[in-house]
Amino acid sequence: MSRTIFTVVENCVACKSCEIACAVEHSQSKTLAGAILETPPPQRRINVEGVGAYSYPSRCQHCSDASCITACPTGAMQRDCGTDAVFSDSNKCIGCWMCVVVCPFGGVTADQSSKKALKCDRCPERTARGEAPACVAACPTGTLLYLTPEEFAAQRRQATARAAVCGEQPAQTNGMDILRSLKGAN
Amino acid sequence: MADTTLPVIEGALLKVAHDKGFATARDRLEVMSPQCGFGELGTCCRICYMGPCRIDPFGNGPKTGVCGLTPDAMVARNLLRDTVGGTASHVGHARHVLLTLRDALNGKAPYQVKGVSKVMALAKTFGVPTEGREVNDICRDLVNIALEDFGRQDELPNNWVSKRAPAAEQALWSDLGLMYSNPHNEIETAMHATSMGNDADPVSLMLRVLKMSLIDGWTGLTLCVDLQDILFGVPEIAVTEAAVGVLEENSVNLAAHGHNPVLSEKILEWAEKLEGEALAAGAERINVVGVCCTGNELSMRHGVKLAAHNSQTELILATGAVDAMVVDIQCIWPQLAQVAKCFDTAFITTDAMVRIPDARHIPFEPHHADESARQIVQAAIDAFRRRRGKPVDIPQHKSTAVAGLSVEAIIDLLSKLDAEDPLKPVIDNVANGNIFGFVGVVGCSSIKFRDNAMTEEMVKHLLRQNVLVLTTGCTAHICAQDGLMTSEATYRYCGDGLKAVLVVLGKAAGLDGPLPPVWHMGACVDNSRIVDLMVALAERLGVKVGQLPAVGSAPELVQEKAVSIGGSFLALGVSCHIAPAPRILGGPMVTKLLTEDLQELTGAVVRVELEPKGAADWMVAHIAGKRAALGI
Ligand code: SF4
Ligand code: SF4
Ligand code: SF4
Ligand code: SF4
Repeated sequence: MSRTIFTVVENCVACKSCEIACAVEHSQSKTLAGAILETPPPQRRINVEGVGAYSYPSRCQHCSDASCITACPTGAMQRDCGTDAVFSDSNKCIGCWMCVVVCPFGGVTADQSSKKALKCDRCPERTARGEAPACVAACPTGTLLYLTPEEFAAQRRQATARAAVCGEQPAQTNGMDILRSLKGAN
Repeated sequence: MADTTLPVIEGALLKVAHDKGFATARDRLEVMSPQCGFGELGTCCRICYMGPCRIDPFGNGPKTGVCGLTPDAMVARNLLRDTVGGTASHVGHARHVLLTLRDALNGKAPYQVKGVSKVMALAKTFGVPTEGREVNDICRDLVNIALEDFGRQDELPNNWVSKRAPAAEQALWSDLGLMYSNPHNEIETAMHATSMGNDADPVSLMLRVLKMSLIDGWTGLTLCVDLQDILFGVPEIAVTEAAVGVLEENSVNLAAHGHNPVLSEKILEWAEKLEGEALAAGAERINVVGVCCTGNELSMRHGVKLAAHNSQTELILATGAVDAMVVDIQCIWPQLAQVAKCFDTAFITTDAMVRIPDARHIPFEPHHADESARQIVQAAIDAFRRRRGKPVDIPQHKSTAVAGLSVEAIIDLLSKLDAEDPLKPVIDNVANGNIFGFVGVVGCSSIKFRDNAMTEEMVKHLLRQNVLVLTTGCTAHICAQDGLMTSEATYRYCGDGLKAVLVVLGKAAGLDGPLPPVWHMGACVDNSRIVDLMVALAERLGVKVGQLPAVGSAPELVQEKAVSIGGSFLALGVSCHIAPAPRILGGPMVTKLLTEDLQELTGAVVRVELEPKGAADWMVAHIAGKRAALGI
């Protein structure tokens, strides 16, 4: 089973490191110092959404039954047969934004400068080298995890089992939780 | 990417640490990586509580702070706060030395004036009468002139800059509004101007950066070094050794770490006095070794051996062979206390400003210097007693190194070639190209750049192209450890022109071989010595300092102090290479200002190069441009 990205939302501190790392990974130079000098500037494919005091790093879920692929009239939106990642071939994309319309997660951005659909490609160059996707590697809090669904579920099973048997808290309280409780927000 | 690898000494030290199960800064950096892009670009502001504000560098998110601050103003404001940190460190150090000298002259602190020649030279500079007067009286006048600088509210120019800095540069600084009066007032103004809702003009802020850097250069560095030379003597050429191999299994190893010789000089004195107790404890002797800049101070004045630069400090503790590490101020990693805990090592803090959990604190202040120093050396002997017979792991790497090249020592040496006009041999050799130019390699050692031996490799590229290297601080440790301060290095690495000059100078100095090609000029504060040498050369040639074929380089920047030192070079018109990039890249206008437009203001630019060869090549090309402009 292919690995994909899972989100442990309660860990996110809204630092936006994932956003920067994603843009740098999709730059020509692949370095921050080089990337900020490029025109057009490289674009991120992950967005840290704010909901009151909470934050949620939102990106394409690489759905198994992907409505964007079904909706795409030109075959630009497709699945990589090796990694199972859903990606868009910009040569074929006609900018009709059907994928933007049908994606339940808002995972596709209608890029106004290139008139092409932009989305998470799960960092094929990095994963081919055996590295985690850029956003996962950049996240300092373990919000983003690069695992197979089986591995992720196994971790969750262990955590709930320990909670049931030894009374351990399944998720650790972190700094953001303390801030939220102080703010009394949401 | 140059085909270089981790320096052998670092490799050996890391092996010791890892064999014993210690995580090191490298491991901590790995966990920390990648580091925050907003921080790296300088576009994170947490100055007020509407923030923290971050500017999206790729243009899709926020374009200004909540208050409307632009990214250029944001990076300039952050950079100014960096230079305040650096300048405050040096000015604080300088004031501490000044008050120690004052108290010594009043009989309240057990220190004597050792640098009589420096007293006389400064008396001349400041117009203090000397005829028929006691040295201490002359000194008191100098102390009062310095104290005046720290107390004045009259907006008149600061004594130390107006009397010590070259006139042409002062005229430029006045035109740009950079001359300063009381350094403390300026530090206050800079903090005030950078708090929420004040200076938001990037150009104005960048001029403040230059002004703050000037304060560092002339009060933080020059005044401090002048007074340290008065108290502890002007350095003379001395031969020493460097790297972890200077630790001795059967001696009491006492490492002095930090920056202020007011502490380390006393430690050295008491180590000699308590030698008998060490012998009684079964030690061969007390081996005082120097770490970081206070190590440089001791080796410049006493030939004390250099054990480690900053990024090796936790590693030498992991050898288990350091009985005590006594620290004062600046660049003291909190981690040291944790490593020391695993051995018999006494890790001793001394300054009220530097308290570290799990360290032993023995307060040290000049009035009771003898008492505290005795206690500290005693603690080292006690720790040796506990360590004696236990296995230690000291990598046997070390190199000899020539240190102590103060400007006075250099002039002294050159006088042997031309007593009338000592700088003439240097000038002639610069003119004929034997010395292509000068690079002041300064600053820290950074684990981010140790893997490709940034400093060593860059320096070797420079030497091959006949560039003479002047160094201070932790880069001096790096060069010393790599054998670059030896006669062999002259034969091995220098171009033919530079080699010929150094052979002649070595003979004049009465050395066995040529003078080394990398000149150890001291600690970080001693960057004023590099400036003094440049000023002397410029005056002799009748040009401005910025016209000299000279560049500054901080190839492994870590500390805020290196930022303000770099700024003081820029204000003098001396261009600087720096790695890593300063945190300004998120502000395109500020970036352009420092890398291009500053040329119009002071004649200097900043260049970022992360690879040793690229850095050296840029500096050589820049020097070539200066030579062409001088018509040589
Ligand atoms: S873009 Fe949307 S629909 Fe398509 S795979 Fe990603 S999450 Fe699913
Ligand atoms: S996996 Fe790669 S492309 Fe997708 S959001 Fe993360 S960094 Fe961006
Ligand atoms: S890097 Fe991690 S913690 Fe930071 S915003 Fe992204 S998901 Fe949240
Ligand atoms: S000063 Fe301005 S930019 Fe800085 S945190 Fe406050 S609102 Fe944001």
